[in-house]
Amino acid sequence: MAKITYIEHDGREHEVEVRPGLSVMEGAVKNNIPGIDADCGGACACATCHVYVDDAWRERTGKASAMEESMLDFADEVEPNSRLSCQIRVTAELDGLVVRLPERQH
Amino acid sequence: MSKASVSMSEKIVIIGAGQAAAQAVQSLRAEGFDGPITVVGDEAYPPYQRPPLSKAWLKGEADEDALTLKPAEWYAEAGVDLWLAAPVASIDRADRKVTLSDGERLPYDILILATGARARPLPVAGADLSGVLSLRSAADAEALKTALGPGKRIVVVGGGYVGLEAAASALALGAEITVVEREDRVLARVASRTLSSFFQDYHQTQGVTFHLGARVTGFDGVDGKVTAVRLADGATLPCDVALVGIGALPNVELAAGCGLALADGIVVDGEARTSDPAIFAIGDCTWRPMPLYGRELRLESVPNALEQAKQAASAIAGRAPPPSEVPWFWSDQYDLKLQMAGLADGADEIVVRGDQAAGRFAVFHLREGVLTAVEAVNAPPEFMGGRQMIGRQARVDPAKLADTAVSMKEVAAGQ
Repeated sequence: MAKITYIEHDGREHEVEVRPGLSVMEGAVKNNIPGIDADCGGACACATCHVYVDDAWRERTGKASAMEESMLDFADEVEPNSRLSCQIRVTAELDGLVVRLPERQH
Repeated sequence: MSKASVSMSEKIVIIGAGQAAAQAVQSLRAEGFDGPITVVGDEAYPPYQRPPLSKAWLKGEADEDALTLKPAEWYAEAGVDLWLAAPVASIDRADRKVTLSDGERLPYDILILATGARARPLPVAGADLSGVLSLRSAADAEALKTALGPGKRIVVVGGGYVGLEAAASALALGAEITVVEREDRVLARVASRTLSSFFQDYHQTQGVTFHLGARVTGFDGVDGKVTAVRLADGATLPCDVALVGIGALPNVELAAGCGLALADGIVVDGEARTSDPAIFAIGDCTWRPMPLYGRELRLESVPNALEQAKQAASAIAGRAPPPSEVPWFWSDQYDLKLQMAGLADGADEIVVRGDQAAGRFAVFHLREGVLTAVEAVNAPPEFMGGRQMIGRQARVDPAKLADTAVSMKEVAAGQ
């Protein structure tokens, strides 16, 4: 299991264990963390699972694909560390990952 | 409409345990409703996602755990009783009780109908043969997956999304696919001609055979198992499996049985409330207003179910409804990601942007200069920008829209 910390926009922290193989989005949804809607269930079709990856982890989470980039382009409050969490696959390497959530997904 | 304030001790019963029900539970708890909630579903599983059943799951790229929305323990922790494999027989509105088919009676103060839709049956001879399948539930998908494999001959009856997605997935598993469609093009009810012909060509390139304008008159079988699909023109298409995907029927029987207003679905208002103020209905089973288009309709999509679940939760918690959303939908076939927003009918102008030959383009629908729908293939900016513009009922310059040298960001902002 990998420990992932999701930090809501108001600062509330949720530290949960996520099974490798799931996405960072699925880890949030299955643990009922508010702030990630994930309307399309992980198809990279809706841009409602937007997160900010903590700077210390950006290298290990990798780069967004061209399709993900172009979806993010139309999300609100996009920053250089913005990702769609359905596109980040959890691995043992990501044990300790910290992501922050935007104020809203719609 | 008067919004009765709801005491948090009221008891909510949700009939149906699909994605709409799961979202309703989540939104009710998020809105601070801490009263008892019971979810009653006729399937044996806690709420799961149906869209992957014809896509990633069928291809073996997603397992059961990935389909499940939330683990069963979550419902217990949230104080939600999950009654699975528990079909409902009737609703007594006067007594505010739901009767299960085993006779158990369940009282409610507020009832939410999330009964979904079922596969439309094809009323022809042989439709009850083994190997004549539909695809709606996890059990259906399991049966289909078991029947697929290298060299298996699949006839898909119906060139809609379910049929085409299943065709693409089955082909990836090595099956031989023939699609039979009654209309003269695939996706006839749901997409523009441009999109229909693009998808048909793409499937043909992958090796799918089509019979368009073809009516199925029956299924042949040997020892109770399907062996062929018979067409009205006399043709016989041999098969190991026939998948019937000709649309869905809303599950309105419980609502009809207790006298709720019906159209092609359970009639609800913009708060997802039925003609009985104590009963809400959400998702595929509803006939709902669509203010952006000034009409009512039934939508079969996850985003629609989520939107209405949120509407019901807001209304029950006594809050203003969330802003209304542009209807949207997606489909994955091969390496194609189709994303659609808006309602693709009634257009007086069609603008194609991008390169169809390269498999990356979008079809925009305009009415009197206002963007009403977008169908985007491997074109997320066109989808995202288009959806935003549709929501604003933006006027667009067709020349700019067709010009890929002008970015979608610019097109969307430039109004």
